[in-house]
Amino acid sequence: MNSIILQTATRFLMPLILVFSVVMMLQGHNKPGGGFVGGLLAAAAFALHALAFNPAETRASIRFDLRSIIATGLLCALSAGVLSLAQGMPLFTGLWMDVAVPGVGHVHLGTPMLFDLGVYLVVLGITLLMVISLVED
Amino acid sequence: MSTLAVLPVIVPLAAGAISVALWKSLRAQRVIAVVATLLLVVVSLMLVREVSANGIVVMHMGGWPAPLGITFVVDLFGSMMALLASIIGAATALYSLKGIDRRRQSFLYFPLLHVLLMGVCGAFLTGDIFNLYVWFEVLLMSSFVLLALGNERAQLEGAIKYVTLNLMSSALFLTAIGILYGTFGTLDMADLSRRLAATDDRGVVTTLSMLFLVAFGIKSALFPLFFWLPASYHTPPFAVSGIFAGLLTKVGIYAIIRVFTLLFPIDQDFTRPLMLFLAAMTMLSGVLGAVSQQGFRRVLSFLIVSGIGFILLGLALGTRLALAGAVFYIVHDIIVKANLFFTAGLVERIRGTSALGETGLVSVYARAPMVTILFFVAAMSLAGIPPLSGFFAKLTLIRAGLEVEQWAVIGVALVASILTLYATTRIWSEAFWKGPERTQDEPEEIEAAPKTMVLPVAALALLTILIGLFAGPMFALADRAAGQLMDKQGYARAVLGEPGAAPAPKATGHGASGDGDSGHGAAGHEESP
Repeated sequence: MNSIILQTATRFLMPLILVFSVVMMLQGHNKPGGGFVGGLLAAAAFALHALAFNPAETRASIRFDLRSIIATGLLCALSAGVLSLAQGMPLFTGLWMDVAVPGVGHVHLGTPMLFDLGVYLVVLGITLLMVISLVED
Repeated sequence: MSTLAVLPVIVPLAAGAISVALWKSLRAQRVIAVVATLLLVVVSLMLVREVSANGIVVMHMGGWPAPLGITFVVDLFGSMMALLASIIGAATALYSLKGIDRRRQSFLYFPLLHVLLMGVCGAFLTGDIFNLYVWFEVLLMSSFVLLALGNERAQLEGAIKYVTLNLMSSALFLTAIGILYGTFGTLDMADLSRRLAATDDRGVVTTLSMLFLVAFGIKSALFPLFFWLPASYHTPPFAVSGIFAGLLTKVGIYAIIRVFTLLFPIDQDFTRPLMLFLAAMTMLSGVLGAVSQQGFRRVLSFLIVSGIGFILLGLALGTRLALAGAVFYIVHDIIVKANLFFTAGLVERIRGTSALGETGLVSVYARAPMVTILFFVAAMSLAGIPPLSGFFAKLTLIRAGLEVEQWAVIGVALVASILTLYATTRIWSEAFWKGPERTQDEPEEIEAAPKTMVLPVAALALLTILIGLFAGPMFALADRAAGQLMDKQGYARAVLGEPGAAPAPKATGHGASGDGDSGHGAAGHEESP
């Protein structure tokens, strides 16, 4: 497809959707959202790019191989579960810690976030793998 | 050691993740596949020993106690199934090294294999009905891809039938879970078993049980819903159809056994006659299909269906002996069916085709006597010739049937056994026996089947023989597993503690109310921690 309207709109929309996808992922712990929805949104952003421009460009713009993204996500999710096993607690027990970030204050970090990040990356990777190969055909 | 309960899921997940990360190097993926599946065998073996020594192992995920969180509950039957899954997984990994072409391997074949194993093990170990659904989806998703990987025409045709039927089954399964949750307000199988036992509303219980029977019946290829299986299992590479044949339908029949021992009663006037009828028809239609087919794998596919009938027979008869027979039969069937499919792959390597009834091809016996012997062991075991594993499995089932005087269905089982013998001897004479020692236009150098493909076949054949030789201890184990399956209270106690000790409102009341409204109320109430 070669539509200047879609291409211009994509340039504006893509960063917005990507930021929104991260917001969705982060708020997922307490509110609607989460890694799955976030990952889908992010994949939608790239799919839009692939439709507006071309799939080869989209692949290049991601920089990492999609398989590596999936693997990173799987390993994140896995380590979120196994960290608690290593401490003698049941699998996927939430571990939390406060990190002092200069200028922001205390940030509450935990393994459920790591898990969500893992899901985000896996969903992003797999959805894009499917969408891009479909568009390429 | 409750950590052990989740390791059969963690090991394949880790292996899968690492092999995706190493997508550039096929060699690394191959090494990981073999090492990780062998590690899985070790872990599952430890789990069986732990459960055998100390009883049911329970792990509450994330530390959330039972009716609220997801629980892994491992009893003897579940752990034995996980061990078998990992044995077949290891055999498949080894067989795939040479049995799967490079192109398929480079399209993430090995990671998919790990994910499939994770799904199968998860289904065997979980104690939560919705979590069971999730594991089913995990294994189905990876099996869809494995089935279609390679994009051959026949493969896609088979995959379409397989995917359609399995999606319908998943939809039914999910519907049943929805009604179950709406009515009883819990998804934890131990909690459900207590509530279902307490309810007066037999109508809802029977309806639900039939929904589950149909959903799992499709997945395990019961009569009359088995037609997707012979339509798809002969299409993918031999390694893939081997692991499918060994494990996938068994997950379905495992789920049937689990819900009909733990949750739903098998009542005398409706469920039991229905199950006996289904078992008889499954045995018969499977074996008749096998007799009429012309391809090696097509014959075997129908024999899978027939085997599922035998297992259901054990459940339907309902005595402890019969259930022990069913457990024994599953153990035997998983090993033998996977082995026969692997052997079919070897035969194709040697003869150039796995079709039966072709003339002018070399006989496998002349070319590879070792392969012939291995096939003979597996085939005779399947037909139920002593002293191999199949004989003792069938003997137990038939004795159990005679004890409760179900003459008709026992007659069908015996006829099916004889026809199984006929079907396997037909393969034997067509593929292994007939044919010249060598054909004219053939090069002098004969390519032997790769060792990594023969080794798993030999190992599985050895297992069949060992189970036959040590049938006593094996039967004792199956009997204990059956005893545990029949002890609903023991299962519930292991997960939830004593009925009185559980939070008071859960153990009492509510069970009597069958209407949806109060079910929803209770559900909402319990979900808030």
